[in-house]
Formats: sequence, structure tokens, C-alpha cells
Amino acid sequence: MSLELSDIHKHFGRIRANDGVTLRVGAGELHGLLGENGAGKSTLMKVLSGFFEPNSGEMTLDGATLSLRSPRDAIAAGIGMLHQDPLVFLPFSVLDNFLLGSPPIDRTAARTELADLAGRFGFSFDPDAPTRTLTVGERQQLEIVRLLWLGAKVLILDEPTTGISASQQALLFDTLRTLAGQGMIVIFVSHKLEEIEALCDRVTVMRRGQTVGEVTLPVPIDRLVEMMFGQAVPVVGRVPGVRGEVALDLEGVSVDDRLTSVVDLTLQVRAGEVIGLAGLEGSGQRTLLRTCAGLLRTSAGSIGVAGSDVTTRGYHERIATGVHYLPAGRLEEGLIRGLSITEHFQLAHGSKGFVVPWADARRDANALISRHSIKGTPDTLAEELSGGNQQRLLLAMVPENVRVLLMEHPTRGLDIASADWVWGQLMHRVERGTSVVFASADLDELLRYSDRIVVFFGGRVLKVLDTSEADTDRLGHLIGGRDVA
Amino acid sequence: MRAAWAKAGSKSIAIVLALLFTALLLLASGASPIESFRLIWQGSVGDGAKLADTLMAWVPLVLAASGLVVTFAAGLWNIGVEGQVVMGAIAAAFVAREFHAAPALIITVALAAGVIGGLLWGLLAGMLRVFGKVNEIFGGLGLDFVATGMVVYLVIGPWKRAGIASTSGTDPFPREAWLPTIGDKLSPIAVILAVLAVVGVYFLMRGTFFGLRLKAVGANAASAHIIGLSTRRYLLTAMAIGGGLAGLGGAVQAIGFQHKLVPAISGGYGFLGILVVLLAGYRAALIAPIAFFFMMISVGSTQLSLRLGLNSSLGGVVQGTLVLLTVLVGGWQAQRARRREPTEVES
Amino acid sequence: MDSTLATIVAAAAPLIYATMGETIAEKAGVINLSLDGSIMLSAMAGFSITYVTGSVIVGFLAATAVSAIIAALIAFASIELKLNQIAVGFVLTLLAAKLSSFLGTAYVGVKGTHVPHLAIPLLEDIPFFGTVLFDHNLSVYGSFVVLIGVYLFLYRTRRGLELQGIGERPEAAFARGIPVNKLRYLYTVIGGALVGLAGAAYSLDVKFGWRENLTLNFGWIALAIVIFGGWHPMRVAFGCYLFGALQVVALKLQPVEALQGVSQILPIMPFVLMIFTLLIVYLDWFKRFGDRHPAWRGLLTSDPPAGIGKVFERE
Repeated sequence: MSLELSDIHKHFGRIRANDGVTLRVGAGELHGLLGENGAGKSTLMKVLSGFFEPNSGEMTLDGATLSLRSPRDAIAAGIGMLHQDPLVFLPFSVLDNFLLGSPPIDRTAARTELADLAGRFGFSFDPDAPTRTLTVGERQQLEIVRLLWLGAKVLILDEPTTGISASQQALLFDTLRTLAGQGMIVIFVSHKLEEIEALCDRVTVMRRGQTVGEVTLPVPIDRLVEMMFGQAVPVVGRVPGVRGEVALDLEGVSVDDRLTSVVDLTLQVRAGEVIGLAGLEGSGQRTLLRTCAGLLRTSAGSIGVAGSDVTTRGYHERIATGVHYLPAGRLEEGLIRGLSITEHFQLAHGSKGFVVPWADARRDANALISRHSIKGTPDTLAEELSGGNQQRLLLAMVPENVRVLLMEHPTRGLDIASADWVWGQLMHRVERGTSVVFASADLDELLRYSDRIVVFFGGRVLKVLDTSEADTDRLGHLIGGRDVA
Repeated sequence: MRAAWAKAGSKSIAIVLALLFTALLLLASGASPIESFRLIWQGSVGDGAKLADTLMAWVPLVLAASGLVVTFAAGLWNIGVEGQVVMGAIAAAFVAREFHAAPALIITVALAAGVIGGLLWGLLAGMLRVFGKVNEIFGGLGLDFVATGMVVYLVIGPWKRAGIASTSGTDPFPREAWLPTIGDKLSPIAVILAVLAVVGVYFLMRGTFFGLRLKAVGANAASAHIIGLSTRRYLLTAMAIGGGLAGLGGAVQAIGFQHKLVPAISGGYGFLGILVVLLAGYRAALIAPIAFFFMMISVGSTQLSLRLGLNSSLGGVVQGTLVLLTVLVGGWQAQRARRREPTEVES
Repeated sequence: MDSTLATIVAAAAPLIYATMGETIAEKAGVINLSLDGSIMLSAMAGFSITYVTGSVIVGFLAATAVSAIIAALIAFASIELKLNQIAVGFVLTLLAAKLSSFLGTAYVGVKGTHVPHLAIPLLEDIPFFGTVLFDHNLSVYGSFVVLIGVYLFLYRTRRGLELQGIGERPEAAFARGIPVNKLRYLYTVIGGALVGLAGAAYSLDVKFGWRENLTLNFGWIALAIVIFGGWHPMRVAFGCYLFGALQVVALKLQPVEALQGVSQILPIMPFVLMIFTLLIVYLDWFKRFGDRHPAWRGLLTSDPPAGIGKVFERE
């Protein structure tokens, strides 16, 4: 039995999520699908599990062509997908979750089935407990057992190890090995190098919507890093800027944010300094940024801005102290659909006035538009701007001299020209004394602009290092969880 | 530009379809559509007296609708508007009955009381939503019923007519508490209030920071929060303004039109206001003409029952059909536009 | 005592139909806000068609059809056109009410047929329960059947479980191969049909006839009871019978001068209870108790189906 996806194309408007992807997996194989966030892995698996129909390309299982127009077809073909956030029905009982959507069966018989299957892998469930009370790992186990019962021949796991405990992970890996041993095709989608290395037989690496290559493990980790992130670009070191007083002071800060946490972090950021937060998605960078912004409460430690303690001050008060936060979701968390550029500027500049001086507002907007090279008119709506211009607008909305600028993925989804422009703007601010703390998945970006890099791994801070001590190789390893100093 | 033409087109289609549907209903009931439309026209603006009737009905509707523009801008479905109108009426009635002073003073206080009554009732629904997470639709609905219950209780209980407890209403208010009129019915104060309200809301939403920020909160609360706005404050303020204007409408109904408190004091203007705002595309600019059109239909269709023996609810049928068709046709057009441009999705 | 209870059971029958219909629709994720107008228009349709054809059954069918069509319109507007369910439902409730007034003029005050009495032999002789439950007509018996049927369907069949799934988390249901939108259409329309039965039950049984605004506010009350009942048929039914009892009590109190005001307050009760229920959701205690006692869990939850009112899109 073998599964083959050939030359799969899937695009959404301008975005080519899958650009001619090929994947080949044999029976009893534990196959890893490796790539950074945005590489196209999720899209490919959604195509395979029937959520999306590909624009072109072919899929065959056991030689038979697959025509999957909905998840129903995929299930019928024996393809089962375990989502990163297991798609279970939280208020319903474990048994009901097991039963929902499956062929008719008597409830008592189902109980026995559930207990049997669970026992085979060392899982244990209380069939009457509401699924809400199960941990993420347990919900996964439930889903696996359900998919097996439905007769899955192919099991896809999408980033399964986010938010589960170490012991649950060990149990999961054992389960997967057993299943592969029984002849099942297992596709393990992840961006965590060390897990792929530990579990899989073969790996397909994706980057920017394309397959970069297919290797049989074991393989030196550098090779995988290189495939994932591309060739290392010679690093142009940053000219050290003005280092002033401490702008942001974190002392023993701990935060707990459901799936990720920061534990006992002490860090001082000086005026004019740039700190890069490196790590795989969901390792804690966003948590740290949101904590500094005041959107999350610390469970321990203190945060100071320019000498005054802001630990207990909320988001809006922190803005007053000069801490500004730009989230990654430009249209979801930063800009507002249906409002024009002029209106956004008026909102941002927090005037105490009553009447909006529209004539002046438009003039100011025009000035800002040309100063920040935004491709749009004062009346252009936020959703009509391209990603790059949305980012320019967001940056333009931040007042001239702020103390700390917290940015989540400043150049995600932007072309090179826009990305360069963003950094040009940020550097101007840095030269005037603003501190920048930014999270990024782009190693080049981190190395080129940061003074120091904080590497996150597994929800914790792994290491804080000076950029001078780092290169793509070391950084890639650190992100994957190990230090090769 | 294309969008503007499309909108005008869809409105026209809706109007034509609504007229056709109404004509069919009329024919099925054995009446002549042309004759019926003529009667409606004559019955609403045919002479000075009728025009006064229409205008006096127009006032509370415009007041309620203006308030609704504000609550809709905040992203709220203020179904509690009926109750807010009623509470405004009750408050004004209280002042009219209990206090004796010069007419100018009584009237001012009564109208102010109306605003406050409606404002508090709106704020109550807002607090249930902001602090109790009770959806403003069901919270508002519940408060509508409580308000109606209160007015019925007052009318047949503590405020009942001497000797007879009947649901036909309380004793008429003392003359000082009647809004002064030109002729029999038309109160210039009422009309001026309505005009001020709709112009005020238009200006508030388009020309002030409050309006802009409220729009932001209603469109995307998450982004608004990041930009630095307190969503709670804006939601509550919107409900207060919406309630206050609705309450003023109720007060006008009480001391300017009915001159007593009756169980049906709200006249259905709250819900009708929602229809007006839906038809106006949630914006203040078209409120006044649309409301006038609606009241022409309402007032005019009483002629239908008088002269043709038809049920005057036909007016309501026309209004409802018009809004329904506008909403549906608009949705259909949006669907076609969506089909032409596939949405972008991040993988 | 038992005759009073019997009156309550009969008075509550239409509400049972309406609330069961709305529960099904909302459990599937669609809010049908047009209840008040739908019931009114169905009541008028049922009565007038019965009058014209002489057959109560045809009248009931007509009533069912009317509400089903309105429900289908809401489903279409929401699923196909992606319009707001509240907006469409709201406009329809006003429109349907006005239509009923207009079209029903000819039938006001007319003495029409109504559902014939049908005591069940043998069962009606059981002391107490016989009078309360088995001395009614087909419309009331129908309400028992619908109540038990909806409960059994939702909680004892696999299709019922799927229904709960599409309202709770449509993406998860879709991932399991369930055709979410198709089923939403189906259940909304079925819910609408049941609502139609409520209308007919009013004009052909409980209220014996048609006049303008016959069923005023019963639709809103039904909506409130569904929420108060936590979307669980048994608790919702409890709410219906409770309201029926309040109505009967109000009727008995009417002649009493001093308590006049109280009888007017009674229609408010469902809403106060509803707001209370919505606030209580905050309280963890009920949830934790339900977690430990699975048999009680259904009855104690007050959370709406998480996916209610939202448009489900594939991508």
C-alpha cells in the first residue's frame, strides 16, 4: 500500500500555498512533513483530508486515484486527520465524541470498543466525562482511537505535540510506532526538528509552498536546517546604535498562557537596542510580547518601563508609558475593515477633541502617506491595501518617539522591498532611542538587525545570546532545541 | 462608483417587487391597487390635518431610529428599544401627573425625564451585556416585556382612572403638560426635537471622534482595543444614547400625542425604527425621508380600513416586505460579488 | 386539582410545539427569530383553511407549511446569502404578524371548527393521571408525542447526536463527514414545521378562532423558554408547563381586585427567568456538578450551542 501526491497546486487568490508539491509514503512508514510556519504543510494536509480541493494535481492511494471533494470522501478512503487543536465537541461526553459521525452501533457495544482500543495503546478514558475536562493530549488520544475504529489506513497528525505533556508525547510516539508496525501510513507534520528526527523514517521538507527535498533518516541536522531555512546569507552586522538607559526591565518574569509559558526571565533592554525573539511558532515569543504590552498578567516578577514599575498596569496604561504593540494579525488585531487610512490615523492619534477636523485630517493623512510611502489615498479602506502597505500604515500609526516597540512578525508575508522598507523605518526610530523587541521566524532578519537574540524552545527561554556569537547554523540548532557552541 | 450604482439598483428592484407584492395582495382582497395607493397618499398628506397626523407619528419614529443608528454603529442589536420608548413615556407621564408648575417648566422637565428614563433602561440592557454577558437581544427583549408589564400595571393599578380600571388608559394629563400645538395636533417642539435628533446623530457619527471611535469598536472590537479604545465604555455609552433618544420619543408620544398613558404607548415605534434603520443602511442620512415614507404608509392605510373595509395592517405589510426584499436583494448582490473575487486565505 | 392540571397541560400544548421546533433549529445552530410572527400567521392560516375546507387536518397541514416556508427563508438567507439570522428573522416576525392581520380580516369572529375532543378509553379512567393526561384532544396528545419524540431523537439516536454536533462545532462535524449546511436547512425547516403546529393549536384548539394578534407574544415567550430550558427538551417542557401554570393562575386571579396588578406581571416571568438563566451561566457550580453526574449534565447546562448564529464556511 502506498500513498502518492503528485504536483499538487493550491492557491488562494494571489497566494500560492502549494506550488507543485509531491509526497510519497509507503505502508508502515512514519513519514515526517517538515517546514516552517507558512511553508504549506497544513494546506497540503487539508487537501489530502478532503477539506480543500486542489487546483491541479493527482493523488493516489494503493494505485487507485483519489477524488476527494469533502472530508466525507477522505474518511471513506481511509484517510484520517488529527488536527492540532483536536476537533472534538467539548461539552459532549467522551463516548458521544467517539460515536458522533460514525456508522450505527449500539451504545454498550461502543463502550466496549472504546475501552478495548484505548487499552491496546495504554490510554484510559472515562466514557461519561465531558471532553472539556480532558487535556489536549487525552483529546488527541480519543481522536486517534476514533479514527482507527473508523478504519483509517492513513493517519495524518498536524503538529500534535503542541500543548501536550512529555509523558503524553512519549506515549503518542510509542502508539505511532506500533501503528506503523501494523502497516499504517503515518504522516507526521511538524516544524520541530528534534521530534522528526526522533520519530520518523523519512522526511519531506517544504519551504514557501514547494517541496525542497525528501530524505531518509538519519541525516545530519544541519542538512535539515539548511533545507528548512535555505542558504545562509552572509550576515551584515548592525552598526551599534545609541545605547541609553534601561527602557524595559524584566525581573524574574513568569507568565502562564494556556499552552505556552515564560519562566523566570530576567532581561534588560536599553534605549536604542534591538532584541530579536527567535523560536518556532508557539514557543513563547508571543506570550512574552503580550506580557510586556500588558495584555497578559505576570504570575511572578516585575516589569519596569524607564524606571517605573508597570507590572500591574493594564494595556491602555502601558501605551501611556510609551510601550506600543503591533500584533501579527494586521486586519484582525490592528486595522479595522471598513475604515479609511485617514480614519485610522485619527483613531491612532488619540486627540482629546470633540469634532474631527476632516480637512486637516486628510491633509495630515496625505503627508503621512507620502512620508511612509503607503500606496493608497486618504480614503482607501484598510482591507484594500496590500500586506506591505498595511504594515506601513500600522507603523505610521505609532507616534514618533515611543520608548518600546513590541512587534510580532514585522515582515511576515511581505516581499523583500516592503520588508527592507519596514526595517529602514524601524532603524530610524532606533537611532532616535526607541527600543525594539520583535519576534520573527526569519533567521536572516534576526541576525541582521538584532543586538541580542532570545531563543525560545518548548515554551521556555532556552538561551539569550549576543548576535556576534550567533550564525544561521547555531541559531537553527538552538531553535530546534540544541546548542552547538 | 460601481458599488453605488449596484446599491441604487438593488433598492429599486426591492421597491418594485414590494409594490408588486402589495398590489397582488390588494387584488386578492378585491380592492383596486391604484385606488388604494391614492387613498394612502390622500390619507397621509392629502390635507393639513392629515399631514399633521403623519408628522406627529414621524417624530417618535425618527427619534427611536436615530438612537438605533448609534447602537447599530456599536455593533449592537438593540431589541430593547421598545422598552426604552415605554420607560421614557412612563417617566414623562410621572412628571406630567405629579408636578404642577408653569407649562414651559413642566414640559421641559417631562421631556428630560423621558430621556433619562429611556437612557437608564438602555444602560441596564447594556450592563447586562457588558458585565453579565447576557446577549443584548435577549436581555433587551426581556426588558421590553418588563417595561410593558410596568405600564399595564400602572394603567390599571396606581394610575387608574377614578372608578374604572380599564386598559384604555389613565386620566388625561393636566393641560400644562400638553405640548403646545399649531392647530389641533401638530407640535412644533416635537418636530424640532426630531430634526435636531437626526441631524445631531448624523453629525455625531460623521464628524466627531466619538462617532469614529464608536464605529471602530463596532467593526472590530479586538483591533479597537489594541488601538487603545475602551470597548466597554463605548458600548455602554451607545446604549445610553440609544435609550435616551428612544425615551424622548416615548415622552413625545405621552405628552405630545396621547396626552395620557396607554398600554400601547410605544406605538410599535421601537421595532419600526429598527426596520427604518435596516432600510437606511444603518446610516443617519436617509432616516428622515424613510421614516416619513413609512408613516405616510401607516397613517394613510387607516383610510383603507375606513373607505375600503380593508385591514390597515396592509401598511405594515408594505413596510415589512420592502425591508425584507431590500435585505435579501442586497445579500444576493453581495453573494455575486463574492463569487467574482475569491477570498484570500493564509495557509 | 386534577382538572386544573389538565387545563395547564392543554394550555401549554402549543408552547410545547413551538419550543420543541425552536430547540431543534437552535441546536442545529440557526436562530429562528421569526417565531412570534410565524405562529401568528400559521394560526390564521390554519383556522382559515380549516374553515374553507372543513378539515382540521388540512388546516394543521397548512399551518405547518406556512411556518416551514418562513423558516426555509431564514435558512436560505443565512446559509446561502450569508445574511444575519437576527436581521432576517426580525423583519419576518413583523411582516408575518402584519400579514396575518391583513389576510385574516374575513375570519375574525367566525365560528369555525376546532379540534374534536378525544378522550382515550381505558386510560382516561386512571385516577388523577387519567384526567390530567388522557382526557384531551389530538392536538394535546400530539404535543406529548412531539416532546418525547424530540427528546428521544436528540439524545438517543445517532442522527440526533449529529444534530447537536453541527450546532456545537460545525468545523468538527464537517471534518467527520457530516454535511453541515444541508442538515441546517433540514432541521430549520423541520423546526419551522413544528412551530406551525403551535399556531394551529392556538387557533383550532386553545383559543377557538381567529382575531387580530391572537397569539401575541407567545413566540417571544417561546424563545425565552428555550433559553431558560438550556436547549434541553425536558427542561424546556418544564418551562412551558410552568408558564401554562402561571397563565391559569393569572386567569383565576383576574376577578380579584386587589391582585389585578399581579396578573399583569405574570407574562414577564419567562423573561426574568431567562435573564436569570443567562446570568447563571457564569456560575461554575452547576457545571462542576454536571461534570460529576453525567445523568444530570444535560439538564443543568445552560450554554447555548457554541456555533449558534454563526455562518459555517468550508474554508
